[in-house]
Amino acid sequence: MRSGSLIFGVLLSALVVIAAGLSFLWVPFDITQLSIPDKLQTPNKLHWLGTDHFGRDILSMVMIGARTSLAVALLAVGIGFFIGVPLGLVAATRKNSIIDEVIMRTNDLIFAFPSLVIAILITALFGAGAMNAIIAIGIFNIPVFARVSRGAALSLWQKEFILAARVSGKSDLRISAEHIFPNIANLLIVQGTIQFSLGILAEAGLSYVGLGTQPPIPSWGRMLADAQTMVSFAPHLAIIPGTAIIITVLGLNLLGDGLRDLLDPRVRKSRE
Amino acid sequence: MLRYILKRAISLIISLCLASIIIFAVVEIAPGDPASFMLGINAQEDTIAALRAELGLDQDKLSRYFTWVTGMIQGDFGTSYTYRSPVAEMVTERIWVSLPLALYALLISTLIAFPAGIYAATQRGKSGDLVVMGATQFGIAIPNFWFAMILVVIFALKLRWFSAGGFVEWENGIFKSMKSLTLPAIALALPQASILSRVMRSALIETLSEDYIRTARAKGFGKRAVIWRHALRNALIPVLTIIGLQFSFLMAGAIIIEQVFFLPGLGRLVFQAITQRDLIVVESVVMLLVFAVITVNFIVDVTYAVADPRLRRRV
Repeated sequence: MRSGSLIFGVLLSALVVIAAGLSFLWVPFDITQLSIPDKLQTPNKLHWLGTDHFGRDILSMVMIGARTSLAVALLAVGIGFFIGVPLGLVAATRKNSIIDEVIMRTNDLIFAFPSLVIAILITALFGAGAMNAIIAIGIFNIPVFARVSRGAALSLWQKEFILAARVSGKSDLRISAEHIFPNIANLLIVQGTIQFSLGILAEAGLSYVGLGTQPPIPSWGRMLADAQTMVSFAPHLAIIPGTAIIITVLGLNLLGDGLRDLLDPRVRKSRE
Repeated sequence: MLRYILKRAISLIISLCLASIIIFAVVEIAPGDPASFMLGINAQEDTIAALRAELGLDQDKLSRYFTWVTGMIQGDFGTSYTYRSPVAEMVTERIWVSLPLALYALLISTLIAFPAGIYAATQRGKSGDLVVMGATQFGIAIPNFWFAMILVVIFALKLRWFSAGGFVEWENGIFKSMKSLTLPAIALALPQASILSRVMRSALIETLSEDYIRTARAKGFGKRAVIWRHALRNALIPVLTIIGLQFSFLMAGAIIIEQVFFLPGLGRLVFQAITQRDLIVVESVVMLLVFAVITVNFIVDVTYAVADPRLRRRV
């Protein structure tokens, strides 16, 4: 059953990734062409998912929107990963030192900030747009990765193979890079998947309030914001982008859960 | 014990100081001068300068920071640039929307999560468990503002049971006010309920595998009695932690839901203040929210230390 959730997660995520990738090469209709006579069509043979208030093909917009969502969330995870993991590893090598204290307390501090409010603050003050959204979401990924990698690294430092590496004269930095990091990579991939799905939701939220990706680039959150006033007579405008978000987040979460079960034998055993 | 509390209190104060510095700095380095923003693009240089002086923006950053912090300690949060009214007053007004909304959402989330989580734990591995866990996966994946829109379409526009937005003031009766908060609270509660159900389930499953549970079963207690009398109480610790965290999240996280329903809460206040460059309001409300989160965490930590001596040693 558990591998079932992994397969389902892979399928859903693959669907979104393929849609996003395909949009670079081909979309059913050109979304820069407005066609008012074709506006607000419900799903039909020509426009599989209908058209919006400008007569743009919704399937094409959802496909390009997938690209935007994935890119923003992935880059935000990248920020968290590339800053957070080294910080966590350094904190683990110097356990209970000043550096460890500073890194971990800064983490706690960032956790205390209401992330959505700060993301809105950053994007509103420094300008709405995908780049600032990436930074705003990414900042809150840093403490997550730092904490996970520190926790996992700390237990590894007690292991004999690390002791052996130390005896052979390797520096802490080298041990972290060559022995600790590969051993916590599984855990980081799982965490990355979770943060990725949270990033998709955050990007949608920011775009919904007008602070994320800016028009004319389509984004799912923006499509939902546009749909809001028309939802009573054209519900498909809201249902379709919303479903796209749900499929993506659900897929990534199932993928993360499945991977965790697959990669962590203890979880697998306890579930049996 | 006292040493532990003292240590935590010092780190609480340091965190608050750092938070105030960060918030002040972020707002300071952001482009856009509130005075020229308020007066528009055609304003004269000297008018802008006069307004800057009036708002105290001409003083140096350090003295402005200290004025802000010392003011806050004394309960004076400054005066809003846009509305020319005390920020403390505006916050007090809004908190009577945000606080009940957060509590309402928390209540709904707990009422869903407890039975769902307990049921899933007792049915572990069976179809009932799979259904509940599948539903929670969906609950986590649904963006709450989208769910809010769907709720509005069904319950406000089609069935006309609730209004599509706005808040009925408390003077008009508690029932009416709570009714206007119902759809927003449900929208906010859905993802929280899903997370809480999962926490409840795994905490209960973990406690059920403890030795004392086996002992209780061996002594002849029924499965139900063991869950209610022994397991549930012990499983509550992680659940309460999450509820604590969710409360602060709900206070701050309602910002988008408040936008969807046009609710005059704290989130909407911050949002409007940000777009109007009403920086003093932004700084103070964000600081207040951070203060709430840090203090709630502090209280939770200290309560645990009092209740569970094992936790004290870990720090």
